[in-house]
Order: sequence, then C-alpha cells, then structure tokens
Amino acid sequence: MPLADINWFYYAAPQRFHPLAGRLAPWFMAAAALLALAGLYIGFFVAPTDATQGEVYRVIFIHVPAAWMSMVVYLAMAFWAAVGLIFNARLASMLALALAPTGALMTFVALWTGALWGKPTWGAWWVWDARLTSELILLFLYIGYMSLHAAIEDTRRADRAAAVLAIVGAVNVPIIYFSVQWWNTLHQGASVSLTRAPSMATTMLTGMLLMALAAWAYCIAVALMRVRVLIVERERHAAWAQEALATP
Amino acid sequence: MSGGIGPALAAVVQRDLRVALRRRADTFAALFFFVIVASLFPIGVGPEPALLARMGAGVVWVAALLASMLSLARLFNDDFHDGTLEQLLLSSVPLPLAVLAKTAAHWLSSGALLALVSPLLALQYGLSGDATLALLAGLLLGTPLLSLVGAIGAALTVGVRGGGVLLSLLVLPLYVPVLIFGAGAVDAVQAGLAVGGHYSLLGAMLAAGLFLAPWAAAVALRIAVE
Repeated sequence: MPLADINWFYYAAPQRFHPLAGRLAPWFMAAAALLALAGLYIGFFVAPTDATQGEVYRVIFIHVPAAWMSMVVYLAMAFWAAVGLIFNARLASMLALALAPTGALMTFVALWTGALWGKPTWGAWWVWDARLTSELILLFLYIGYMSLHAAIEDTRRADRAAAVLAIVGAVNVPIIYFSVQWWNTLHQGASVSLTRAPSMATTMLTGMLLMALAAWAYCIAVALMRVRVLIVERERHAAWAQEALATP
Repeated sequence: MSGGIGPALAAVVQRDLRVALRRRADTFAALFFFVIVASLFPIGVGPEPALLARMGAGVVWVAALLASMLSLARLFNDDFHDGTLEQLLLSSVPLPLAVLAKTAAHWLSSGALLALVSPLLALQYGLSGDATLALLAGLLLGTPLLSLVGAIGAALTVGVRGGGVLLSLLVLPLYVPVLIFGAGAVDAVQAGLAVGGHYSLLGAMLAAGLFLAPWAAAVALRIAVE
C-alpha cells in the first residue's frame, strides 16, 4: 500500500483508539511479564557477583530500567502534550495525562532502589549528588503536572495548561542526563554507552536490557489501559462509549 | 493605540510599578519576609560564625526564591479579576512583550529590592567582602530569571482555585538551576576558585529566559483567558 493512501489520523479519534488500545494492552502486559521473568532470572541466578560491590549491585536490574523509563516517559509525555497543544488533538492530551502517573511511579522506584543501593555502597540512604537531585526534581515536575491538571476544572483548559508546563519542564530532562558530565560528583558514571564497549559482564548487560524492555512494555501497557479509562470517562455521553461500557 | 508599542509597554511597566508603590504594605511584606526567613536560620542552627559563613549564601538564595514567589500570585491574578488582562490580550501590543513588561515591573518591585537588601544579610552571616559582592552580582543576574520563570507559573495558575500553593509547586523545581549557580558563585569565591563560569551560566540562562519565558507565559495566558 503506497504511503499516501494510509490515513495517518485514522486512530487519532478516541472512538477508534479505544478498541485498539484494548487489543494491544494485554499483549504488552504479557510481554512485560515474560521479559521481567527472564530478566530477573538472569539477574538473580545467572549473572556473576560483582567484584567490587558484591551482591548489592543486583539492584541495578530494577534501578537502571526505572531510571531510564522515568526520563523516557517524561519526554513521551511532553511530546504528546505538545502534539495535543499544537494540533488540538484530544487523544494526544489524554495519552500525555495517562503517561504521567506511570512516569512518577518509575521516578519513585528509581529513587527508592537508589537509596537501597546507596546505603551499603556509599553508607548513606541519600546524598545530594547532582543526578539524585535532578531525579528528585523530575518527580516534583511529574507531581506539578498532575496537580495543575487536577486543579483546573475545565478538561480542555487543563490539558493545554499542563501541556505548557510539561514542555517547560522538558528542559530539565537533558540536564539530568548530562549532569553526570556537568557536575563531577559521587554518582558513578554511566555504565552503558553506545560509543564504547560496555564495562560490565555480558550476562549482567543481558539481564539489564531484558528488564529495560520489560519496563518499556509495562509502561506502554499501563498507559494504554489508563488512556482507555480516560477516553470512556470523557466520552461517556457518546452512544459508542455507553455501548463499550455495556459490553466489556 | 496611538502611541505605538514602545509607549504602550512603558505604560504597562509604569502602571504596575505605581500599583506596587500604592500597595506598599504588600511590596514590603515580601521584603521583610526575605529578611525574617534569613534571620531565622541562625536561630535554628546555632550562632557559630564559621557555620553561618559557610551556609549564608545558600540561605539568602533560598529566602530570595521564596520571597520572589510571594508576589508572583498577584502578577496576573488581579488583572484577571478586574478585566485588565482581557484588555491587554485584546490590545495591539504583542502579548509576549506585554508579559515581558509586566515581568520587568515585577522584578523591579521584588527581585531588585531583594538583591539590594542582600548585603545587609551577608553582614549578618559574616560573609567576606568578595563573597558579598558575588552574592549581590548573582542575585542581580538571577532574580530577573526568577521573575521570568515565575511568570510562566503565574500565567498557568491564573484564576485557578488554590493557585498560590500550586504556583510554588510548579515554579520552585524550575528555580533549581538558578539556585545552584547563584549560590555556587559565592561558594566559588569563598573557595578561591574562578567565579566567571557561574556568572556566564546565569547570564546564558537569563538570555534564554528573556527570549522564551514571555512567549510561554503568553501562550499560558491565552489558554487561561479564552
């Protein structure tokens, strides 16, 4: 089929996206479960003990994917919020709102597991390292986005105002990423890089990448489920939404 | 408007400054809040001069962040409620420029005053002359940025219930880079390091903020008022 014949906006209608999201979500959830099982098995039973950090390092199988997702989800949220603001696309705004709680959860998990790792390794639950601090600010940005959206009664205005905030906050995400280079502090440098060979055993890397894929699949699945709820909530007066609710 | 854009913008600045002067109690309340917060810290953490000199710059900066936020809630809200904001939106003046003018007036009536009072607080904390100068220079470069970023938050929360608390939730995390480099400048002076980089980064952020923030705040105002 030639590209020109594809209707790129076919699924931009909430009415059409609702069943599509319903069909896709279970697949992503199943993929997340399988990948997480494989990743955790490799992480906890196959990967060798780290020479310097001992068994404690195994928290990275949760920590690193959560930290990655906390930033990726924010960028995705800001992207869809911008699309919703610029093209006045309702579904994009709903998708942005659906991503926010998942992103906040991932940020919280990254901070929590980081604290669990920091206590035995650095001897403190929390240090005011640049990367930790930026991650904490990212959590505040998620909370600000959700609070602003919740505080404005009119949904369309809430969507658009929160979108402006998400775009402004997106400036913060690169600062997190480059803070390791900008401020030379306690946090260890990035272990995985695209430009040089990874500084970890292959099995460790495999486990971490499997867990990262699991985190991707989980975030997509949960966002799709939440966007279905948002669609039905906002379109509850439409006949098709009543039907969709009546036939689960 | 007969006079063109320049006089119109000057009129906006003049009007907001006059309002700030007429509501002297509000304007000075923020200033005294700044002084009180900074004075509470030595009472809380103890009067050891070495400790106070070490933390003085950070405390003054945090107090400045909080104080400049106090008056932000009024930046657009009063105009929104009495209809002035709608007139501003309908006028021929480009909205980002009008926002810039209002922000400039806000800075003159809050941030600039805070910066001018800061050497007094530096004395309380026993900062050296060089450190005091770095504090003053950092505040003069940084507080306009606080007003600019704060204007976005103020525009987003125009007419929203519980706007004041929400505003601080939105704006304070965005203030962090200013705090890092502003307080960092004084730390650098105290440690005998080069301070130019901090000023450059603050200046770069100010330049970017001058260009981008009024535009974002204008978009937010249109969303709020439509």
